[in-house]
This record gives sequence, C-alpha cells and structure tokens, in this order.
Amino acid sequence: MKIMPCPLNGPRNISEFTYGGELKQMPDPASCSDAEWADYVFNSDNRAGVVTEWWMHTASSYWFLAERHTVSDQIIRTFDPKELFNRRIEFSAPATETPA
Amino acid sequence: MPFNLLKYGLSSEYPVEVDLPPPCELEPRYDVVIIGGGGHGLATAYYLAKYHGVTNVAVLEKSYLGSGNTARNTAVIRSNYLTSEGVRFYAESVKLFQNLSNEFDFNIMYSERGQLTLAHTDATVRAFRQRAEVNKHFGGRTEMIDRQQIRELVPTLNLDPGHLPVLAGLWHMDGATARHDAVAWGYAKQAAKLGVQIHPLTEVQDLVIEHGRITAVKTNRGTVQCGCAVQAIAGYSSLLMAKAGIRAPIHSYPLQAMVTQPFKPFLDPLVSSSALHCYVQQTGRGEVVIGGGSDPYPLYNTRSTLELKEGLLAHAIEMFPFLANARLMRQWAGITDMTPDYSPIMGLSPVENYYLDAGWGTWGFKATPICGKTMAELVASGGKTPALIKPFALDRFSTFQQVNEMGATAASH
Repeated sequence: MKIMPCPLNGPRNISEFTYGGELKQMPDPASCSDAEWADYVFNSDNRAGVVTEWWMHTASSYWFLAERHTVSDQIIRTFDPKELFNRRIEFSAPATETPA
Repeated sequence: MPFNLLKYGLSSEYPVEVDLPPPCELEPRYDVVIIGGGGHGLATAYYLAKYHGVTNVAVLEKSYLGSGNTARNTAVIRSNYLTSEGVRFYAESVKLFQNLSNEFDFNIMYSERGQLTLAHTDATVRAFRQRAEVNKHFGGRTEMIDRQQIRELVPTLNLDPGHLPVLAGLWHMDGATARHDAVAWGYAKQAAKLGVQIHPLTEVQDLVIEHGRITAVKTNRGTVQCGCAVQAIAGYSSLLMAKAGIRAPIHSYPLQAMVTQPFKPFLDPLVSSSALHCYVQQTGRGEVVIGGGSDPYPLYNTRSTLELKEGLLAHAIEMFPFLANARLMRQWAGITDMTPDYSPIMGLSPVENYYLDAGWGTWGFKATPICGKTMAELVASGGKTPALIKPFALDRFSTFQQVNEMGATAASH
C-alpha cells in the first residue's frame, strides 16, 4: 500500500487522495495571448524526475503540494501551499470602457 | 519420403525464407528516419516503401521490435467512437486490419468477434444511440441491443452487477482482436523486403535541429543525418518532443492489465463496461484478458499495484462471477500518453521536417495500419497533411478545436 504523508492528516493510504496536476505559473488572463493561455491550460512538462504537483486529501478537501519522483514514485516532501502562496492576491475587475 | 527429407536437409536453399535480415551497420544518412520500431513506426516504413517508393528509410528502435506498447496493449480493434473525425479514421483502420494477413502473407490471427459495451445508466444509453448512428453513417456495423439479446450473446455475463443493472448494450460487429506482436512482425518483414533498414538496440538520445529543421539524430550507435524524421514512440512521447523543443499536452499514466489461466472457450465477443471501468475478453488460447482504466496519477514506471488489481478484479468478477475461482497467470503495465481530448497527436510539428505520431494513450494499437498509411502519405508529400488526420494536428489545442473522444475511450478499449 502506497502511503502519502499529508501535511494536515498525517500518513494516509494514497487512494484517499486525488491528483491535481503539476504546479504551474498562471499567466495573467487579462493580458496574455491565446497561445499563452492554451499553453497554460493544456501543455505540461510531464517530466521524468522530481516534480512539484497538487494533491488533495479527498475526505477533508484539503489541497497541498507534493514533490514526487515520477519514475521511482517516491514522495520526497509534502507541504502546505502557504509556503509558496504567502501574499494576498487582489482580483480587481479590468477597467471597463464607458460607452460613448 | 526419407530421400526427400535428406534432400531438404542437405540443400543450401532450405530453409528458404528469412523473416528479417540480420542487423547491419548504420548508414551515415537516410532520407527518412523513423524513431520507434513498434507497430506504428514499422507500418509507416512499410507504406512509405510500398505506396510511395521511398526506401531509403531507417527504423530506429531502442530495444527489440514491438517491445513497447505494441506488446503491452490488450489488442482490441474497433471503430465505435463518438466524433465523426474519430469514427472515420478508426473505421478505415478496421478495414485495413481485415486484409493484413493476406497482404503480409503472415498470420496476424485477426479474429472478428464483435465488441459489446454495456450501459448501466440512462445517460450511457443516450450516448450509445448517438455512437450507433455515427458509426453506421461512416460504414461501421453497430447497433443497440437489449438485455435479452445480450443474454443470448454472452450467457455467462451477470446482467445485474451490484447496484448497476445492465440496461442495454452497444453491439459493434466490426470489433475484433489480433496478435499484436504479429502485426509488428508482419510490417517489419514486408518493409525489410522492400528495402527499409530496421535497427533494433538503437536508442535515439538527442535530436539535432538547425534553423527550425531537423538535420540528424544522435543515437547510442552514432549520429545519423536525415532528410526528415518521424517520431513514432509511446510512453515517452512528450520527452522526445521536448528534445525537439515542442511543448506537449500529454500526461503519462501507467495502465495495468492481466491475464488468467486458460479456460474452455466461453466468451466470444469482447465485453466492456465503462461504468465498471473494466473490459474482459478471451484469447484464442483461452486465457481471459482483463483491463481497465489508467492509474490515478502520472508515472513513468510499469510497476504493478495491488490496489488497482483488486479494484479491477472486483469489477471483472461482478461481470463474470465464475472468474472468482480463476488464477492470474500474468500481469503487466504500459505507459500511456494521455491527451486532454483522448485523441492522438498526428501530423506537422513546429519543426519543419519533424513529423509527430504521438499521444496515443490507450487507443494506439487499433490505429496501427491507418496511422502508418497516413503518416507515410504525410512524409512522402513533404508535409501535406492527409484529410483523415487533419483534425488530430498538434495545433488543435492552441486553436481550441479538440476532438473529444473521452466518452468512447475511457476504460472501454
């Protein structure tokens, strides 16, 4: 049985978790091109080696990050996303032009 | 009689036929280098030589021929997909498969048994109606059947598994199976006869790209110049594409399958249930092949997990309760290059003379002949994409024109 060390719930069976994809940098949707956005949505590094990826403990809906080797399936480190996401992000609406 | 036997024994012309010439030295340059000696690569080489007279071709395979996913799939041939683009493409493949044994003069053990997909919900029944109509429209033989017809077709099937009673079936009469190794060997044999060079144990380690064109490939046996190159590998498609500087919408997941001890023939059609994530078929040798969906997370490893096996077998036993007493003989896994829309990536790439045959996920074997034929056409024409594979171009992801085959693919090979 494969064990995932969850930062919130401790070591649990990996079947309790949902894989959430590679950690990627989101381009600014207001200013990026269609190609950049498509690249962000569809493409991935799909690297053979250590990758940082999102996982969720399904029962508690808790999202966290894991560093995992995609060849040996070894989980190297798991950590709370606040290690990387430590600043408040303002989602201001884009300025709308007033109709003439 | 003994004299005849003696004559054969002493004759230098016996045995007469050699399937494959012995491996030779790599030449410094080929017009076409095909990376990957599985079904797809060998088929491409064969059709290039046969229909286009292009014989200065090398097929480079890192291990032995057909050692990758050609040998790891569960050998299902069918065309009952959902989209018109998909059905048109796979239906053409089924037609080519039907005549391959004759064409090769080599038995690929093509066996047209029909494929039965089970619906356990009203939503699936609706999707089946659509699939039946689309398939018929493009010349396939598919119809909806009810519980009584399913019972007659597969008497050993449990029609009321757990909380998911079978409501109806999608009966695809063109569904078939074939010996997957033999398909690769047949293509290899005929391609070699036409002058194609096949190099096993030749691993492509890097690609040389100058001014947006590929000029050479670096292998463990030295560098080979090339007029153009075709990527026809599976499991590591995105890693090779990365060497050409191409970003890919591919995630690689292992897919596990297994085979039981042999039984007397009891199951003629290939039976699949997407709700139970399981498909079951009996081989000509009597073994029961059981396969399902991919693993729940990406991995470049063909290891096996007890968890997935347990889940898959629980569902197989729901469908065929007598299998509870069966013993497993073998289990294995292959790495599947999954694309977001469950369709392949074929055709041109951002590198001018580098052609892609990638992202074959769990649907590669059934497309082997048509894939070889269309890729050969693409290469021979110097980059004019045949209409049949236009919808599968890599740039469909940046123009948001995906070909969604998820419903007709996931766990229902």
